[in-house]
Amino acid sequence: MTAVSIDSAPKTAARRRERLASGRTYISAALIFIWCLIPFYWMIVTAFRDVGYTFDSTPFFTHVTWDNFNTVFSESLGNHFGRNLLNSLFVAGVTTVVALLFGVFAAYALSRLEFRFKFLVLGFVLGASMFPGVALVTPLFQLFTNIGWYGTYQALIIPNISFVLPLTVYTLTSFFREMPWELEESARIDGCTQGQAFRKVIMPLAAPAVFTTAILAFIASWNEFLIASQLSNDQTKTVTVAIAYFAGAQAHQEPYTAVMAAGTVVTIPLVILVLIFQRKIVAGLTAGAVK
Amino acid sequence: MNTRKYLLPAAVAGVLAMSLSACGGGGGGSTASSGGDAAANLDGRGPITYVQGKDNSNVVRPLVDKWNAAHPDQKVTFKEQSDQADQQHDDLVQNFQAKNVNYDVVDVDVIWTAEFAAKGWLQPLTDKMSIDTSKMLPATVKTATYNNTLFAAPQTSDGGILYYRKDLVPTPPKTWDEMMSMCSIAKQNGIDCYAGQFAKYEGLTVNAAEAINSAGGTIVGDDGKSTVTSAAAKAGLNNLVAAYKSGNIPTQGVTYQEEQGRQSFEDGKLLFLRNWPYVYNLAKTDGSSKVKDTFGMAPLPGKSGPGASSLGGHNLAVSVYSAHKATAKDFLTFMTSEETEKFYATQGSLAPVLTSLYDDPTLVKQLPYLPVLKTSISNAVPRPVTPFYPAVTKAIQDNAYAAIKGDKSVDQAMTDMDTAINSASQ
Amino acid sequence: MSTLAQPKRAPETPSPKTKKVQKEVGQDRAATSQGRWAFWLISPALVLLAVVIVYPVVNAIIMAFQKDQGLDPVTKVFVQGGPAGFDNFVHWLAQQCGSAACAPGTLGAQFWSAVGTTFFFTVVTVVLETVLGFWMAVIMARTFRGRSALRAAVLVPWAIPTAVTAKLWFFIFAFDGIANKLFGTAILWTGSEWPARWAIIISDVWKTTPFMALLILAGLQIIPAEVYEAAKVDGASAWQRFTQITLPLVKPALMVAVLFRVLDALRMYDLPAIMTQGSNGTTTLSILVVDQIRQGFNSAAALSTITFLIIFLVAFIFVRFLGANAVASATPKTTKGQEK
Repeated sequence: MTAVSIDSAPKTAARRRERLASGRTYISAALIFIWCLIPFYWMIVTAFRDVGYTFDSTPFFTHVTWDNFNTVFSESLGNHFGRNLLNSLFVAGVTTVVALLFGVFAAYALSRLEFRFKFLVLGFVLGASMFPGVALVTPLFQLFTNIGWYGTYQALIIPNISFVLPLTVYTLTSFFREMPWELEESARIDGCTQGQAFRKVIMPLAAPAVFTTAILAFIASWNEFLIASQLSNDQTKTVTVAIAYFAGAQAHQEPYTAVMAAGTVVTIPLVILVLIFQRKIVAGLTAGAVK
Repeated sequence: MNTRKYLLPAAVAGVLAMSLSACGGGGGGSTASSGGDAAANLDGRGPITYVQGKDNSNVVRPLVDKWNAAHPDQKVTFKEQSDQADQQHDDLVQNFQAKNVNYDVVDVDVIWTAEFAAKGWLQPLTDKMSIDTSKMLPATVKTATYNNTLFAAPQTSDGGILYYRKDLVPTPPKTWDEMMSMCSIAKQNGIDCYAGQFAKYEGLTVNAAEAINSAGGTIVGDDGKSTVTSAAAKAGLNNLVAAYKSGNIPTQGVTYQEEQGRQSFEDGKLLFLRNWPYVYNLAKTDGSSKVKDTFGMAPLPGKSGPGASSLGGHNLAVSVYSAHKATAKDFLTFMTSEETEKFYATQGSLAPVLTSLYDDPTLVKQLPYLPVLKTSISNAVPRPVTPFYPAVTKAIQDNAYAAIKGDKSVDQAMTDMDTAINSASQ
Repeated sequence: MSTLAQPKRAPETPSPKTKKVQKEVGQDRAATSQGRWAFWLISPALVLLAVVIVYPVVNAIIMAFQKDQGLDPVTKVFVQGGPAGFDNFVHWLAQQCGSAACAPGTLGAQFWSAVGTTFFFTVVTVVLETVLGFWMAVIMARTFRGRSALRAAVLVPWAIPTAVTAKLWFFIFAFDGIANKLFGTAILWTGSEWPARWAIIISDVWKTTPFMALLILAGLQIIPAEVYEAAKVDGASAWQRFTQITLPLVKPALMVAVLFRVLDALRMYDLPAIMTQGSNGTTTLSILVVDQIRQGFNSAAALSTITFLIIFLVAFIFVRFLGANAVASATPKTTKGQEK
């Protein structure tokens, strides 16, 4: 009974809205496209430009070359960008999974359970986002080198997790607040444990929020630089650090073209990843329509 | 509600206590002054690590390979740092603070040497560790000397050169005033006259120091106290201020770092450019360069003759925490030998510190700027050799920048600079 | 308005009430078990935060009460400065160097201007990002051909590592760069006060609006379409639907997004550091911290602590008075407030 009416309701509504506002929507979408992609376009143009024409500001593809990408991946220049990409993928991936897991736990407790000191816990979690990140590096460096963690993955992953946890906890808490928890209650009446009820009923509904949070956490961790620049070694170096290692052929020469090529190489997997995630979000949305 | 079950604060406190004690002894991470033992491990031999910023032109790797082939039991591992000077500095500080025994030989920028020496992180190069500096350019040795003790071996140098358009100016100017008078030529040709590095960053300190030193002034005296309020120092800064005001330095000059100036010069939009030797190769070979065959090089113009360039470059130092200082010293000698210096010059276009190489005919053939650079470097004055360099350079940059932009008078800028430099070293 | 929101709120509200009633009836065991559950669920997050954040913060606070190292006049070697009391804090807050006011060109002289700059950047960028982000989210929430492409495009600016972004914009805003060329202007983007600030604001807004948009979009997605349908049946205009349905329902997500953007913006470092090196009135508190770390750790620790307190105060005010009630709505008290 619910399936039919509820599945189609948002669709017809959306279609009507689309007809009404489609013109304006397309104009807005086009503007957003331009705003977001023009600087990216310039980045790609520069990435493909001959290093001898670095400062040529012709806004089209001129003096096109693959050289900058070869530089980025050139082992003989001491670059190991492939490895750096894998490191970033691993560090950001583990960070995202763990942060999400811990975040979901904490958010569930904060939004669903009654306990004292809740306000304190929330304040503490938020407080973790208040100290200047640049001032965290030195003490963490000392802490981690003292326990022999210099150049290990955990030395990168653990700080990353705690950097993204506050956002994860807060986002998830605010979204969990909006969930129709009476469904969970009824599932429990049907004999599910609290955990089962949460997993089977609430999680699918929360999927869009969880995936959004995952994307945010992943990108934040993927782009982390400060900690990685101090605590990674040649084996664990991530892409953001590797980019800072790019150099011009001579001292004083700024390696713009190589940096832009590296930026391009780094951004594309992320966008692909998001596209894959998006399917999930859409799927989650459809599931979420059962309200 | 039963609250005793909520052990969170206790748990947090517990973790905190654990992590604090894990850091044992440090007690706040400021143990810098308790340097390592300079007398220890002087005879230690064995594998070491050499730490340097990004090896742009692939000179270090072949050298390390060569060393390793000759010293299989004392192998050197090359640890490359980022290409950014600030990040190299911070990385060294972190590792010295952590007393990292794996940072045996380190490459330090000339401006950091005094700071690291005063922190007790660098092995004094005396007695068993002493090296021969008699054949090196005196100014480079000065950058490696702190409190009358040599703490590092000059490795590479760098000096300012005046690039000029020889198609427009047949004979380059010898003095600053002469150069200013030639700015009418730029005007006639519809191009800008002079640019250096006047954005607010380390490059401005280099340029302001050159202006001050070239006019006969100094920035700090031998006692480390500021001397910028002298008439000569003021006149030096005023040269830049007046040039900017009159348009001889273009308006956008205050946004220029090395690369923006090079761009403008290569585009044929600039008559005179103060820059480092690296511009030579690029201006000759860059596809977009419009001045490939029409530029020349000259020493920086001074008051009545060649000006006083600031000195760039790097020094090699041994960490006090190194366990194999004998090997480290040998490696230091190897890395500053004539053969190595030659390799640096030919392979990496890095200016040598050995006086003799500047007259080496084969080198001059390959690097035509060497004679000019020799004049530049032999007249060079190091930037202030002080353990408070970060504060001193900040004082210079902020005030010189404000003066050049006309936000404050030269007098005011120099008074403020003076106070700021002196308060840094209190 | 409350009637419009009913379809959403109605089913939700009974549950906490039922629970409260149950508990009041005397099910102490349930409360205990909830507390135990809560403890186990929250502790992993707290332990991690304690190690990585609390340790450095406590460390910094201890250091903040020590003097910076000074040169021994005889050996010319740095020695520990000893206890400083509140000197380091006074140094910053009163811009006092020794017994005199800090001279221009010292870091100490820049504290209050850095505070001003930081707040200016925060207010302007967060306001712009919220407005633009809302707009982007509303568009992305619509169904139209190319929506996936749009969503991917919106993420691009945020996906590019900050260091690369800063380099890219530095390059764009160079005097001979593409920005001046495209617009036919000759603006000193990085060499004069207001253009420099706007260059940084534009870069920051470009880079982080997607973060806002994505969070707001997630908030929009959990609003059931029926609510809008009901509102339309009731004859609500588009504007009424926006202010009376969308805004209130998206508020929790929006507030979390704004809160975290504010916290991040108050700690802004990379963009001004790379684009202007803090020149021309663009020195933020974080830039000041980094510069000071290179000059003396203990003063830097004091500055970090002050920055922390400033941000704490802002967050407190924000949560308390502006209704960033992701926090508050988790407690029964404000749930009631929301229902009003």
